[in-house]
Amino acid sequence: MAPWCSRLEIKREKIRANLPLDEPDPNKELYVRQVRARDLLRGDIEGLDLEKVVEEAVLTTRLDKVLNWGRANAIFPATFGLACCAIEMMSVVSPRYDIARFGAEAMRASPRQADMLILSGRVSIKMAPVVRRLYDQMLEPKWVVSMGACSSSGGMFSNYAVVQGADKFLPVDIHVPGCPPRPEALLYGFNKLQQMIMGSPELGWRTRYSAHGTEEWARDLGNVTDEARDAYAAARDIAQSAGPPLVSGSPGSTVDVPGPPQERTEVPSKPDRDSGRFI
Amino acid sequence: MPDAPGLELIRAELNDAHPDAITGSYYEHGQACLVCDPAQIREVLAWLRDTPGQEYTFLASVHGVDYLPAEPRFGVHYELLNMARVERVRVRAALADPGPDALPELPTVSDEWPTADHQEREVYDFFGIVFTGHPDLRRILMPEDYVGWPQRRDFPIGGEPVIFTNTERDVPGWYA
Repeated sequence: MAPWCSRLEIKREKIRANLPLDEPDPNKELYVRQVRARDLLRGDIEGLDLEKVVEEAVLTTRLDKVLNWGRANAIFPATFGLACCAIEMMSVVSPRYDIARFGAEAMRASPRQADMLILSGRVSIKMAPVVRRLYDQMLEPKWVVSMGACSSSGGMFSNYAVVQGADKFLPVDIHVPGCPPRPEALLYGFNKLQQMIMGSPELGWRTRYSAHGTEEWARDLGNVTDEARDAYAAARDIAQSAGPPLVSGSPGSTVDVPGPPQERTEVPSKPDRDSGRFI
Repeated sequence: MPDAPGLELIRAELNDAHPDAITGSYYEHGQACLVCDPAQIREVLAWLRDTPGQEYTFLASVHGVDYLPAEPRFGVHYELLNMARVERVRVRAALADPGPDALPELPTVSDEWPTADHQEREVYDFFGIVFTGHPDLRRILMPEDYVGWPQRRDFPIGGEPVIFTNTERDVPGWYA
């Protein structure tokens, strides 16, 4: 059985008579727990009955494994449609595709009760702060699935109004390609997310990119406009492709890592003609 | 819809009422258009609405156009409709570009036609055309802190260049 499978693996093994505590054994912890359970039950039942109960009825596993199993199979997605991908997202709940098979059919209308946000469609720059606020209002642990080309990379909307990839402002765990993705594709991405939750307890993207602490309340709100201006200036450099190259280095360098905003030391220069006129 | 001779009749009558207000007229694709001096746009629209025989009482749309290589650069189009005869006439206020440090201006009509309130805000939002006298001229569709006038023709298309292996030399510096 695969380690990420949605059924919980139950180990039933014979109790070892004497514990070889000095030799390395992957099942050593299990034997220890079995012996402990046997000692607890001793007195209620005796003899061969006791051995049988311990072997067949006592369930031994690790608590975090059960916890991740439960989290992966009881995800509450937020009811949050952004654009046309939301139609596919709705049909995922329908009996034909039936995300209830994986335990995520309870769409919650409040971010406080949801733990998965499906970005189903393009995110306009006016919607991005709203999406970020909804994400910040969700309780940990929480996951984000970017559904479709638009929310993953901007897609066909390469223009002034749409955020070019939702992971500019959100830690996205799973990108589902497609325009729009079929419901099966979304289900496959959701299964991948379940694998991720059960396989690696750390929070993936957010740990790798140090995205903790970028929540809205953690930001100095007065600096957001300056940051936005810097981002616009960088976007203009790329768009005109004649200006100096970006400050950020190769993918993975520390310059690219979005962290908490730094204190601005220098006063931003007065916007020149271009910044006033174009962006 | 007035036909081409009807448009010329309207223009002649307007010339009598407001000399120098109308600078041109054309009839294209079955649509009649009067080109107007932006300073007198209020008088022209009021004349088309109030004159007996004209009575274009409904302002169907206000929108901006950027004709960048042409001069004058900007146009604000007012689509007027006579609902009794189902006739439409378009009035185009031709605005010159005042340069990079100023915005083109023309008087608002939102006090005469309340529907122009939001539509003039949209024109301001996308083209940076200031309607003087507008009660609440601020952005309506783009975020309030947005900088720039995104529907102008010299506004960069935006987005990010997609890097393929055959285009990476055209976008230097993205990888290093």
